[in-house]
Amino acid sequence: MLSLTVFLPLAAALVLLAWRGLPDAAVRWLWVAVSGADLALVAALWATYDGPGIGHETDRPWIPGAGAGYHIGVDGLSLPLLALTATVFLACAVYSLRGQRDIRRFAALFLALQTTCLGLFAALDLILFFLFFDLSIVGMYLVIAGWGHGEQAARSALKFFLYTFVGSLALLLGFIGLYAASDPHTFDITELTADPPLQGGGAAGPLVLLAIAVGLAVKTPTFPFHTWLPPAHTDAPAAGSAVLAAILLKMGTYGFVRIAMPILPEDWRAHAMVFVAVGVVSALYGALVALAQSSFKRMVAYTSVNHMGYVLLALGAAGFIAGTDEQARSTAVTGAVVQMVSHGLITGALFLLAGVLMDRGGTYEMDAWGGLAGPMPRFAALTAVAAFAGLGLPGFSGFIAEFQIFAGSLGAVPVATALALLGILVTAGLFLWALHRLFLGARRGPKPVGADLRPAELLSVAPLLALSLLIGVLPRWLLDTVEPAARAVVGLVSR
Amino acid sequence: MADMHKDPLALLPEILLLLGAVAALLAGSFLPRRRQWAARAGAAAALAASLAAAVFSAPGEDRTVYAGTYALDGATDAVRVIVPAAALTVLALASGRVRGDRRETEFCVLVLLGSLGTVLLAGASDLLLLAVAYLLASIPLYALAGWGRDARGAEAALKLYLLGVLLGITMLLGTAVLYGLGGATDYAALADGLPGAPVAALAVGTVALLAGPLFKAGAVPAHFWVPDAASGATVPAAAFLTTVPKIGALVALYRVLTVLPEQALEWRMLLAVLAVATMTLGNLAAFAQTDPLRLLGYSTISQAGYLLMAVAVAGRAEALRSLLLYLAAYAVTNLGAFAVAAALPGSRTLEAYRGLGRRRPLLAAALTVCLLGLVGTPPTAVFMGKLTVFSATWDGGMAWLTAVAAANTVASLFYYLRWIAPALSISRPGPPPQDAGASGGGGERKGERAATAEPERWAAGTAVAAASATLVLGAGAGWVLGFLSDTLVR
Repeated sequence: MLSLTVFLPLAAALVLLAWRGLPDAAVRWLWVAVSGADLALVAALWATYDGPGIGHETDRPWIPGAGAGYHIGVDGLSLPLLALTATVFLACAVYSLRGQRDIRRFAALFLALQTTCLGLFAALDLILFFLFFDLSIVGMYLVIAGWGHGEQAARSALKFFLYTFVGSLALLLGFIGLYAASDPHTFDITELTADPPLQGGGAAGPLVLLAIAVGLAVKTPTFPFHTWLPPAHTDAPAAGSAVLAAILLKMGTYGFVRIAMPILPEDWRAHAMVFVAVGVVSALYGALVALAQSSFKRMVAYTSVNHMGYVLLALGAAGFIAGTDEQARSTAVTGAVVQMVSHGLITGALFLLAGVLMDRGGTYEMDAWGGLAGPMPRFAALTAVAAFAGLGLPGFSGFIAEFQIFAGSLGAVPVATALALLGILVTAGLFLWALHRLFLGARRGPKPVGADLRPAELLSVAPLLALSLLIGVLPRWLLDTVEPAARAVVGLVSR
Repeated sequence: MADMHKDPLALLPEILLLLGAVAALLAGSFLPRRRQWAARAGAAAALAASLAAAVFSAPGEDRTVYAGTYALDGATDAVRVIVPAAALTVLALASGRVRGDRRETEFCVLVLLGSLGTVLLAGASDLLLLAVAYLLASIPLYALAGWGRDARGAEAALKLYLLGVLLGITMLLGTAVLYGLGGATDYAALADGLPGAPVAALAVGTVALLAGPLFKAGAVPAHFWVPDAASGATVPAAAFLTTVPKIGALVALYRVLTVLPEQALEWRMLLAVLAVATMTLGNLAAFAQTDPLRLLGYSTISQAGYLLMAVAVAGRAEALRSLLLYLAAYAVTNLGAFAVAAALPGSRTLEAYRGLGRRRPLLAAALTVCLLGLVGTPPTAVFMGKLTVFSATWDGGMAWLTAVAAANTVASLFYYLRWIAPALSISRPGPPPQDAGASGGGGERKGERAATAEPERWAAGTAVAAASATLVLGAGAGWVLGFLSDTLVR
């Protein structure tokens, strides 16, 4: 059933590509239907998952000669991200009901992209992981190059492709290092986790960790590998931005939790301070640069760097064994996973809202707008909710995540945590300032403002924020799944 | 020498290639020009028959025949399948170009003879047979390079010829030295005779001998002919020249290196350095190219560098199987890229491909798949080849070489994207079609086709088929690896 969930969107994409005569309206509804069905499948997977440990597992030989298999499964780390993927893609499908150029190929591309994202989060084999990782890059390149707006779209797409592809090759190099060091040779993540290679010192361990970390850090992205992110976001279409921020960035952080920490525990512990430092710098740098942006979309893009910085801080803190208790470390990892989900929901919503801004006035520049609260009350309300959720207001998922991250990291790395807290302050300021510039004051709209949110836009953004609210108010259903898996990761790291 | 292991039927695939060449040559001499397609069909049938014979005879008993001069083992079995399949692909993509040409039959005969030489090169287990195979694999290609009979073709052929003759003589010198040191020419006896030989002489003999296979592989320092051949020869001939001989040459290198005493000679380091030089030079030189065929030419040099990595760890775990998988993957992917170029003979600059995605989506998709395949993007075949070769290299104790190759792969991305990006650009309308001058085609061509013109149907079909094949081979790599045997006999 997991395989069906992963490959259903791809099958639908092939149908869409082959069926040229399909009218646009049918394409749109087919897209929504398939995405909805896929979300239902993920929900069913979650409901029938009896953790802890790996459920819904499929393990078939694929390239036995090279030690790679078709091994997929879910656990407490991957289920929330699979659900997030299905949700965000459904939101994009609904959002695109309002109309989109060349909808047939656009929908096919998004459905194919959905398969790569679901496959990545379900993969339990390094080569399978890498395959989906690379295909997601190709898919997103085509989205930005084909449907991006602005003069620079092709250039931004190329920059995105080069950066992340280079990162993926570093990742591949690291994977081959793991393969060569394992005995018997295998790419299987569960086998490598059970019997980690490269233990006991030596120069190879840190180098392999470096290769994997660089590959994942480019995708996450963390400082100083983040420079591809703002142009890619600025020029991508709204749905593409939402998927890029909400799902593709998580591939990096998920890779840390799934691969780097359990398979290289010794090296992770030895170099945990590096990840903490990179996390803190990313969080502060992202927040400060976001503060300086005049474009709404660029600002949201930089807050992604900030939010992903917190995740890395928590994961690094989980590598400090001495002087911390396991409970705190497991809280930090739980917070990191929740932060991935929370950021996906909130930032996905913010980027879709940014798309509305572009659609109505043709610009993201905040100073070009102003006083929008009057003519577009629903848009203003939803944006305000998303912004408050983004700055970590209690009651939203961001608060649950960031609270756990800071509570879990404080014991291990007090100074770094205190510094990262400043990032929250800056984020709060910049979101409030953005709301101020967009919605209050005198109307300075570049053109007569169009209609308020259309039903398709409302129905795509509101559920994302509702979910964020749900996690913020009633987090247990999510935490009950994540916590055992986070404890397991912490246990693996402290081996 | 009492028992010569004469077994003509064991060489059926090779014999079929030879018979096919003779038959096509004779038929071509008598057939009127309009009906020369019959000779071409015959050549294709001979290739198909050779392919079928190879498939049915594999996996046979691993042995050498004819007094230990020719090895029948996993490596030969694989080459006997890959080479005819590649040659058939070349004939398919050449259909549009050679049909009705005055030298239609010659093209097919040269392809058949070149394929035969390549297979013999791979199977040779004796220095003298290796030298003969080198000649058989080279001489038809000199003619093939100049087949179009235009100025650029002549230059390509001359360059190929001069370098080929020079390095051929060097190779014969190496053969003579090694014979003097080892007292034999067949590999089994050499493996016994060479240890204990003076190291300096051994080194000279080895380096001189390697010149030949390195020339055929298009590797540094014998790579100078590749870009000229790729852009000067007619596109189908270029496709053959840059793809097929590599297959035999790399297997021949692999075979001959496992014979050399490793203790006395640091040949692994030599090969590793050659691999690094080849891939780096190929990649750096490809950056500035604006002619897609020249770009492909330099790309094939860099690919030879990756292939040499497997040779540098020859004899170690999985090295041979990964080499064979990479060779198969490279052949189909490279031919696919050349087929796209053959389908649009009028597009001789990267810019001329602008907007291909809108006009010919299928052809653009094939180009994208093949070029991303050459980079090594999953799930294409070359990715699997690269993955296994990189793993084998790392495993063979050359992790640094893997790192260099990964860095090179990154670099290669830039120039492949310089071709993909205009082809896929759908945001801007393309400039007016560029009528490039001579397209490497001959004087008899009726008119140049521009990028907007109808593409050659056969070549376009071949491109799409090759692109599909590279995806299928990538997904089914595990299955293929299961068939590849890593036995090597002397």
